[in-house]
Amino acid sequence: MQTFFQQVINGLSLGSIYALLALGYTMVYGIIKLINFAHGDIYMIGAFWGYYVINQYHVDFGVALVSAMAVSAILGMVIEYLAYRPLRHSPRITALITAIGVSYFLENGMSFLFGANTRNFPQVIGQARYTFFGVTITNIQLLIVAVALVLMVGLQLIVQHTRMGTAMRAVAVDQEAAELVGIDPNHIISFTFGLGSALAGAAGVLIGLYYNSIDPLMGMVPGIKAFVAAVVGGIGSIPGAAIGGFLIGLLETFVQAIGLSAYKDAAVYIVLIIILIVLPAGLLGKNVKEKV
Amino acid sequence: MKISVKKMMMGAVALMSAVALAGCATSTASSKGNESKGNTIKIGMNMELSGAAAGYGAQMKQGFQLAVKQINAAGGIKVNGKKMKIETVIRDNKSTTSGSASVAAQLAGSDGVSAIVGPATTNDGTAAIPNITKAQVASVSPSATDPDYTLQKNGKVQPYVFRACFENNFQGETAAHFADNTLKAKRVAILEDNSSDYGTGLAKAFKKAFSGTIVSQQSFQEGDKDFNALLTAIKDKQIDAIYAPGYYSEVGLIIKQARAAGITVPIVGSDGMADPKLAEIAGDANASDIYYTTPFSSKAGATNKLAKTFMTDFKKEYSTEAPTFSALAYDSVLMIKQAIESANSTNSVKIAKALAKIKKMPAVTGEMTVNAHHDPEKPIMIEELKAGKVVSASEQK
Repeated sequence: MQTFFQQVINGLSLGSIYALLALGYTMVYGIIKLINFAHGDIYMIGAFWGYYVINQYHVDFGVALVSAMAVSAILGMVIEYLAYRPLRHSPRITALITAIGVSYFLENGMSFLFGANTRNFPQVIGQARYTFFGVTITNIQLLIVAVALVLMVGLQLIVQHTRMGTAMRAVAVDQEAAELVGIDPNHIISFTFGLGSALAGAAGVLIGLYYNSIDPLMGMVPGIKAFVAAVVGGIGSIPGAAIGGFLIGLLETFVQAIGLSAYKDAAVYIVLIIILIVLPAGLLGKNVKEKV
Repeated sequence: MKISVKKMMMGAVALMSAVALAGCATSTASSKGNESKGNTIKIGMNMELSGAAAGYGAQMKQGFQLAVKQINAAGGIKVNGKKMKIETVIRDNKSTTSGSASVAAQLAGSDGVSAIVGPATTNDGTAAIPNITKAQVASVSPSATDPDYTLQKNGKVQPYVFRACFENNFQGETAAHFADNTLKAKRVAILEDNSSDYGTGLAKAFKKAFSGTIVSQQSFQEGDKDFNALLTAIKDKQIDAIYAPGYYSEVGLIIKQARAAGITVPIVGSDGMADPKLAEIAGDANASDIYYTTPFSSKAGATNKLAKTFMTDFKKEYSTEAPTFSALAYDSVLMIKQAIESANSTNSVKIAKALAKIKKMPAVTGEMTVNAHHDPEKPIMIEELKAGKVVSASEQK
C-alpha cells in the first residue's frame, strides 16, 4: 500500500510537468488550430535560461522562474511572428511542417551554440524529505505540484475572467466574427503564444531543479507526451489538458511499477490510439463543442 | 537528386578508368586504398557531432584534436625517414546511420583519407563498414562496444574495423565477478539502457556471468529523466546491489533519485559512467558506494605516465577534467600513428594490416595489444566513488 501511494506521488509530480506543457499545446490549438511542435523546445529554452541566470547572476529560484517565464513568453511570440504569422492563410499542413522545422532549429541551434552535453542544473533549493506513513515526498515534488496548480488556476482566471481571455475565446470560436466586433486577432494570437510559452518556460525551470539535468534535446520526448496528454484531455480544452497531463504521468508511472518499464512509452501511444478511435474529441472535448 | 547525379558521374568515371586501365593490368595492384599525395597525412573523423549522441561525440572530437595537435607539434609522423604532419577532415554524421554511411563514403572517397576515427556508436559504426571496406580504409572507433561490431556475419574478422574500447562481454563479466566476489551480492536488480546495444549487451553479459539471483530487470531509454517509478518498484525487493549499465547522463539521475528514495545499496555500472559529470548530476552527497568498470581512470596517472601527461594537457587545453571518451579518442589516434609508423607507409591498406599487429603499445587507457578479433586487450579497472570523488581504482584480473 505504501508503495502504491509512493507511486501516486511519483506519477503526480511527473504528470504536473506534462500538464503544464499540455496547456500550451491546447491553447494554441484552440485558437489557430495549429499543433505547435516547437512547444517542447521552448520548455528546453526555459530550463537553459534558468540555468544561465542562476549560474551567472546567482538569483534565487523565484527570480529564475519568473524571468524564465518572461523570456519564454517573448520567444513564443517572436516564433509566432516570424514563423507562423506569414503562414496564417496557408494550408494547415504548411504551418505544421513549419512547426517541426522550428523545433529542429531550436534543438540544433542550442546544440551548436552551447554544446549538446548534459549539464547539471544549480540546486538553489536544498532537498528535504518528508515521510508520512512510510510515503516519502520531497520539498521539490511539493513545489512542482504547487507551482503547477497555481499556474493552472491563474490561467483559468485569465481565460475566463479577463477581457483578454474573453477575446481569446472569441477568436477561438470565430476569428472573422471577432474581428468584426473590434478584436485584433493578431494581438490575441500573439498573447496566446506568450501565455502558453510562459507555462512551458516555468515547467523547464521546475524540471531542471527536480532532475538536476538539462540538455538541448530534453524537450523532444516530453513535448510529444504532453501533446498526447492534450489529445487525451480533449485538444482545445484547458481543464482537459491539465487532467490529461496528470493521467499520462500516472499511467507512465504505473506501467513501470508493474514491471513493464520497456513498454512505458508504448503505453502512452497506445492510449493515444485508443482515445483517437473511441473518443476522438478527448475526455473533455465535448465542452468545447457546446461552447461553439 | 544532386547526390544521385554525382554518384552516376562517379560511376561513369570509374567505368572509363577501368576501361583505360584494362590496357595496362600491371598498374592496378599499387592503386589499392588511399595514399597521401602531399606532405601531409589525412586522417578523417566520422563522428556524432549533432543529434542524440552529440554530447559524447564532442568529447571524442576534443580527444582527437588534442592528439593531432600534439603529434603535429612534435613534427608529425615519421614515414620513410620524413616527418609528415597530420591533416584532419572532421565530418558530422548527425547520429544517424545514413549520415554515417555517407560520411564514410566521403572521407574514404573524395577526401582520400588514410584512416578514420569513429563513429561513436555501434549502430552508426556498422553502417559505415560497407563503404570503408570497399574503399579499403581502416576505421578505429573509440566507443563502439558491441562484441559483433568487428566481426562479419560468418564470424571472420572485418579487415578494416578496429576499436579502442572494450567489448561488452568483457566489461559485463568483470562487473558480475566484482559483484560476486568483492561486493558479495546475492540479489541484484538490473536497470538497463535499452535504447542502445551498449546497455542491453552489458546487461546480457552481466546476467550470464553473475552467480546470484537477478531479482528484477527493468529498462529505461536514453534521455529519460524520471526513474522514481522504477526505483520505488525495486526498493522493497531486498536487493544487495544495482547493476545499471548506461551513460552518465541517465545513470547520474538514477543515483540521485535512488539515494533520494532511500535506496543505499551499491550501484555498479560501466565505462559510460566514467565522467566527472556523473557526480555533478547525481550530486556529490549522493555519489557514494558507486562502482564502474573502465579502461581509463583519473587515478591512472600514478602508474601510467602517458595518462598523467594526457590529463594535464587536456585540462590546460579545454579547462575541464578529461572524460573517458576523450581518452579513448586520443588512443584511437595513437593507434593509427603507431600503425603508420610500423607500416612505414601512408597507404590505407598497409595501415589496416599494421593496426591488426599492434602489440604492447603504450596508451592513455593502458598498454594495449590488438587481438585476432581486432579488440584491444588492456587492463580493466573498477573505480569507486565516495562523496562524488574517485577514491580508488583497482585493476581487475
